[in-house]
Amino acid sequence: MSPRLALPMLRRHSGAGPDEMPAGGEPAVEGSVAGRTETDAAPVRAQGTDASDGEAFALKSLGRARVSFNPDVRRTHATPAQAPAPERAEAASTPEPSAKPAATSPGHGLAILAGYKRAVLSWIEEDGYPMNVDVEIEVRPAEGAIRFTGPAGFQVPPGAMVALTGSHVRVLQSGGFDQRRHVTIWGAAATRPRGRFAVSPERVWVWDELAMPLPAAYERSLPQARRFFEALSDERGEPVRPRVSTAMLLVRATRAPFLSATFVPVLLGLAVAARVGLLDAVTAAITLAAAVSIHLGLNVANDVFDTLQGADDANKTPTRFSGGSRVLQQALVTIRQMSLLAAGCYGLAAVLGIVLLFLRGSVELVALGLVGLFISLAYTAPPMRLAYRGLGEVAAAIGFGPVMLLGTYVVQSRGVLSSEAALLSAPVALLVAMILYVNEVPDRAGDAEAGKRTLPVRWSRRAVIRGYDLSVAAAFAVVVGGVAAGLLPIPTLLILLAVPLARRVHVGLARFYDSPFLLMDAMAMNIRLHMTAGSLLLAGYLLTIGAQSYLNLRLFLW
Amino acid sequence: MPALPYPIARLIDAALVGELSVIGPDGSPITYPMVPLLWGDRIFLTSSVLDSVKVAHIEANPRVSFSITDMDAIGTFTGRVTIQCDARVSREDLSSGWERLLDNWRRKDKATVALLKSRAAFPLIFERVLIELTPRRTWFWPDGRTDKVPEVSVAAEVAR
Repeated sequence: MSPRLALPMLRRHSGAGPDEMPAGGEPAVEGSVAGRTETDAAPVRAQGTDASDGEAFALKSLGRARVSFNPDVRRTHATPAQAPAPERAEAASTPEPSAKPAATSPGHGLAILAGYKRAVLSWIEEDGYPMNVDVEIEVRPAEGAIRFTGPAGFQVPPGAMVALTGSHVRVLQSGGFDQRRHVTIWGAAATRPRGRFAVSPERVWVWDELAMPLPAAYERSLPQARRFFEALSDERGEPVRPRVSTAMLLVRATRAPFLSATFVPVLLGLAVAARVGLLDAVTAAITLAAAVSIHLGLNVANDVFDTLQGADDANKTPTRFSGGSRVLQQALVTIRQMSLLAAGCYGLAAVLGIVLLFLRGSVELVALGLVGLFISLAYTAPPMRLAYRGLGEVAAAIGFGPVMLLGTYVVQSRGVLSSEAALLSAPVALLVAMILYVNEVPDRAGDAEAGKRTLPVRWSRRAVIRGYDLSVAAAFAVVVGGVAAGLLPIPTLLILLAVPLARRVHVGLARFYDSPFLLMDAMAMNIRLHMTAGSLLLAGYLLTIGAQSYLNLRLFLW
Repeated sequence: MPALPYPIARLIDAALVGELSVIGPDGSPITYPMVPLLWGDRIFLTSSVLDSVKVAHIEANPRVSFSITDMDAIGTFTGRVTIQCDARVSREDLSSGWERLLDNWRRKDKATVALLKSRAAFPLIFERVLIELTPRRTWFWPDGRTDKVPEVSVAAEVAR
């Protein structure tokens, strides 16, 4: 609880008093900041009123003439008058929302300012200081001008460049505020009779936080922040970076939460091996670690190459699931650090791969390992740049489907391939490709700008949604067909429980195709679909293994 | 640091938002709505590095003016004030230098609470420059009517 505040009262006067007076000498009184609870009270320190301390304010009259009087002034400039809808504005077009105040046309600026009764008038005083004072304004769109009465006690220099700022916040009953927006119009203050001025807009900027979600505003401001850190680093002669914990930075830079795409195929490959009695815990653990390393390396390398090729910088609507990790865009790490991290992940994967070759080496394993490494590097790295050629989905499907699932299996089987494992990798491959595919939908503008011709860049909205539907349907159909053919155990049909999730992704994709941030729920659901489908397949295998081991039942149709 | 007259300090403490006018590169004024935060006698503003242009303007010319004009955003108080100040930019500790103002800031801008929870996702919002304002002159309208001549206070050292 904050202590009650001892607050002095200063005697004051206005207007035509003596030129200078000492600071008020009335005794301090105790009180709390009205309207606030004691715990809310801000640290307003009691202020000494003894003029001898040389720190207090003296009271002084400027002795300027009163230039106007308007008894009707009651409202603040922040009257919650809504800015006019764009279609009613005079501007030819509404400017693209920006993180920072965006320039717009004078007519549009006037139309917005007309929503305010008062504005903050600012100009530069003779002593070189800016001055800003609240004034009542009269916006005359037809005249293309704003009129106001010069504030009492001030002399606005005739012809001076002034700014008129209309600013609004919505004050919340619960405390605080929201709905920030403001508009500023610059122009020369032309004098009019009876102390009036007229300003014709020469320059305008507007800002409205409702016009742009925070993530988008944040993204658009990143270049400014990066320049700030670069300048500060140059000034200090050492790198200055935003402070983020190393653990959090690693999680973000590697996009570790996406590792489910690796866990699903590796665990399913192990499940198929376990069903035929081939499971070895040590090599299973090494396989999982190698797959995780190569996945993390891929994620980091993807950020490096996408940044070098401009795709991540061009993306102004990244979401939690798309647009890369953004650690480079936010200046949290350098490109060199990311390159070293990628190299470290690949290096670890290579070492683990060599260990696996030593323990369970086979031609099949070497072949699958090389394909995986090629896909991982060629995904965004020149000269292949598979993702830039519309082959990203295929690459991801192969890498996170057959390569991982079958690769895991051949480690356990010492090089023997399995039609069951190969077939089981198909739905996993299709669903993981669909994660990438849907996540590319909000990125398509930035990707197109950077020449990254993904399928959503190449295809129409209708084709993209149809492509999703067909792929997901194929994933379920492969399992049903595999069971019908006697290649997959019957309990893998549990995957059909995930069909409603696919339906929800379809609805979200169709509804929010052009709204990156509203599409996030569908993207999250799509990731959940992959995980759920993978988990249900795994559960099917555990049931099959249990039935075989303990009930001597073979849960295959044929 | 001159102590502000109490009614003005109280107004700044209550105000959810005020307007900072700085001098732009072309010599014209630029006005930014900002949340004023009192720390003892001192007025602070904070600016994210995401919006560092205003900081550059201030570093180029530290003469600024700050006003409280939104009568709806000062709680139960009345009054408007304009304060001519010298500004000092502090960027020694961008990550935590502003944190001593956090309680005060949170009280005024509830969105800060939610944003802080997302600090890992939006870390640059919380890499902040401190802008300290040293008042030189104040113009105060106790009833908020700026069509009347204001009460003027001058910092003792300026008056000398």
